[in-house]
Amino acid sequence: MAGFLNQAVFGIYPYIALAVFLVGSLIRFDRDQYGWRSGSSQLLRRRLMRVGSNCFHIGILAILGGHFVGLLTPHELYTALGLTVEVKQLMAMGIGGVFGVLCLIGMTLLIYRRLTDPRIRATSSPMDIAILLILCVQLCLGLSSIIVSAHHRDGAEMLKLALWAQHMVTFQGDAAGLIADVDPIFKLHIALGLTIFLLFPFSRLVHIWSMPVGYVARPYQLVRRRGGASARFRS
Amino acid sequence: MKIRAQIAMVLNLDKCIGCHTCSVTCKNVWTSRDGVEYAWFNNVETKPGIGYPNDWENQEKWKGGWIRRPDGRLAPRQGGKSKLLSNIFMNPDLPEIDDYYEPFTFDYAHLQTAGLSQAAPTARPRSVLTGRRMDKIVGGPNWEEILGGEFSKRSRDQNFEAIEKEIYGQFENTFMMYLPRLCEHCLNPACVAACPSGSIYKREEDGIVLIDQDKCRGWRMCVSACPYKKIYYNWESGKAEKCIFCFPRIEAGQPTVCSETCVGRIRYLGVMLYDADRIGEAAAAPDEGRLYQSQLDIFLDPGDPEVIARARQDGVPDAWLDAARLSPVYKMAIDWKIAFPLHPEYRTLPMVWYVPPLSPIQARAEAGQLGTNGLIPDVSSLRIPVRYLANLLTAGEEAPVRLALERLLAMRAYMRARHVDGVEAADVLDQVGLDRARVEDMYRILAIANYEDRFVIPTTHREYAENAFDLKSSCGFSFGNGCSGGANDVDLFGKSKHRHGVRKPPEVA
Repeated sequence: MAGFLNQAVFGIYPYIALAVFLVGSLIRFDRDQYGWRSGSSQLLRRRLMRVGSNCFHIGILAILGGHFVGLLTPHELYTALGLTVEVKQLMAMGIGGVFGVLCLIGMTLLIYRRLTDPRIRATSSPMDIAILLILCVQLCLGLSSIIVSAHHRDGAEMLKLALWAQHMVTFQGDAAGLIADVDPIFKLHIALGLTIFLLFPFSRLVHIWSMPVGYVARPYQLVRRRGGASARFRS
Repeated sequence: MKIRAQIAMVLNLDKCIGCHTCSVTCKNVWTSRDGVEYAWFNNVETKPGIGYPNDWENQEKWKGGWIRRPDGRLAPRQGGKSKLLSNIFMNPDLPEIDDYYEPFTFDYAHLQTAGLSQAAPTARPRSVLTGRRMDKIVGGPNWEEILGGEFSKRSRDQNFEAIEKEIYGQFENTFMMYLPRLCEHCLNPACVAACPSGSIYKREEDGIVLIDQDKCRGWRMCVSACPYKKIYYNWESGKAEKCIFCFPRIEAGQPTVCSETCVGRIRYLGVMLYDADRIGEAAAAPDEGRLYQSQLDIFLDPGDPEVIARARQDGVPDAWLDAARLSPVYKMAIDWKIAFPLHPEYRTLPMVWYVPPLSPIQARAEAGQLGTNGLIPDVSSLRIPVRYLANLLTAGEEAPVRLALERLLAMRAYMRARHVDGVEAADVLDQVGLDRARVEDMYRILAIANYEDRFVIPTTHREYAENAFDLKSSCGFSFGNGCSGGANDVDLFGKSKHRHGVRKPPEVA
């Protein structure tokens, strides 16, 4: 039974979640661009935004990047660069911890603001509140996993997790078995993380896709000619 | 040289009666929706005053428009691209909704449902944002109507720069004027430059600046970039919205709603031809006082055969060139030099221009001390200080404003002499550099102001760019999402936040 559950959550669910994440994002981008937005509420209340929003975003982007690089880079690449597993884990704990705390500070302010400010509360959708709370739980799970990791300084647990992720994205069927015996904290963290991917297309999180990096290379002024970019009017 | 055409507007402030019909009709057509209750694509302010949103002209505070850097290049005042992106999580220059006003409604239903009581029931205000009762309404779109509020607050008006403003707080020296404002549809728009998503653009064929509602992601940098604060963040849809210059009407050759409904007939619409290659140069003139002239310099004479040939080559349709020759905007801005851009020092090269208002002669006129130049009263004795108008319209250059006021006065003096005294006062015209034909044209357009003289709008040649057959039965004007209205009761993607507040039955207590 435990084996089946493990296989379902860490072997099958990830594919469902990622498929919904990718296909859902694509469909929403195609069908609902008018609803595709960051959903800023700064206009309604500026207070707590400077510290709250900046800490939250900087923290969470760093963590996201860290997970991406940390989980998906093959271990051989680290050893080739002379990085031992122990050092790598320490780095992950340290950098993740710092940005995690930064993010937690911001998140706390944003949750406080969203729940207690009458304007923000009244104009929030249930999904706005849900996604914020889910992210907060996920962050707390992630931060508490640092304590677990502190008891396994050899980095073996981390290797298992990375291997799971790499086997997952390369479609090797044995991924779930690799993390069958990791600490429950990690398992919860992964399961909830996958759920965030699942909810992604249905929430304001889609604005992450629209990170405006192209802006830097663009000329200041834009002029459009009818029949050019606005050809979408041709039903 | 690259010639482009734009439909530009002139507002003759001398005839504005401050009736707000433009604002109300605009609101009814475009912004009577959730999320933009507080937004007025067109609003009318009483000047002097800090305006709407509060203190919008204070660019030290709001960081709108462009600045000229020491190396001569222009940069948005709120910062270049990397600075702007670093502020994307929290825009430090974004106004809060209270800088406009908290949108409110009233418990009207209570008037009908209240039980028997000693006092008549009242409709108390309720916030549209939260649905809660508001103790007191502390702001509105026209809070300073007819000099409402104390002078100490209104005197924070930026246009008092270099004016001994204290004396204008005294009742006998008080002056006022109306300033209707809408998006300027600038040649060098700061909002376009600030949009990280690239959703704001200027239309090549008519110069209208629009926000692509599908592409906007709500990064809200345009709101702070616009020095006129004419881009509004829709807090319901999470998208920026702005005056669209009623483009569906303009395309059909009709005037904008604000122009069409203007009771005082103060608004004029016409084609302006300009050299698009010289926009950057004109906007970066070293001296702020030169900006009015440098913008004039990039407009082209629609009667010049070379200009016509070049414009045809650049794709400007003949109907537009014909309209450009009849353009009332061209006449007022270039030919008679009586219209001016609003705050050219913002360096956006605005395309909604203003004829400065004449005002009553000060009290000393009655004491026989009125200075005159022949038949024309001295413009310095007008009630509104010329310097104030210059700060508003020419970045402080008084001479062009003075000439415009003198020309307006000369036109009156000349026509009065003709109709009342039955004499041709040609010397009045010489004094201000006008001739008979010009002044008659001015009189026809400014005083008679027939519909066809005010609005010379060529229709858009959509058939050049689109297959009209394909447009048959399409949805026309929409907020993106194809023909979807954007509202859907079963919405998987959580687009419509559920409604709150005002839709609930009111409390009885």
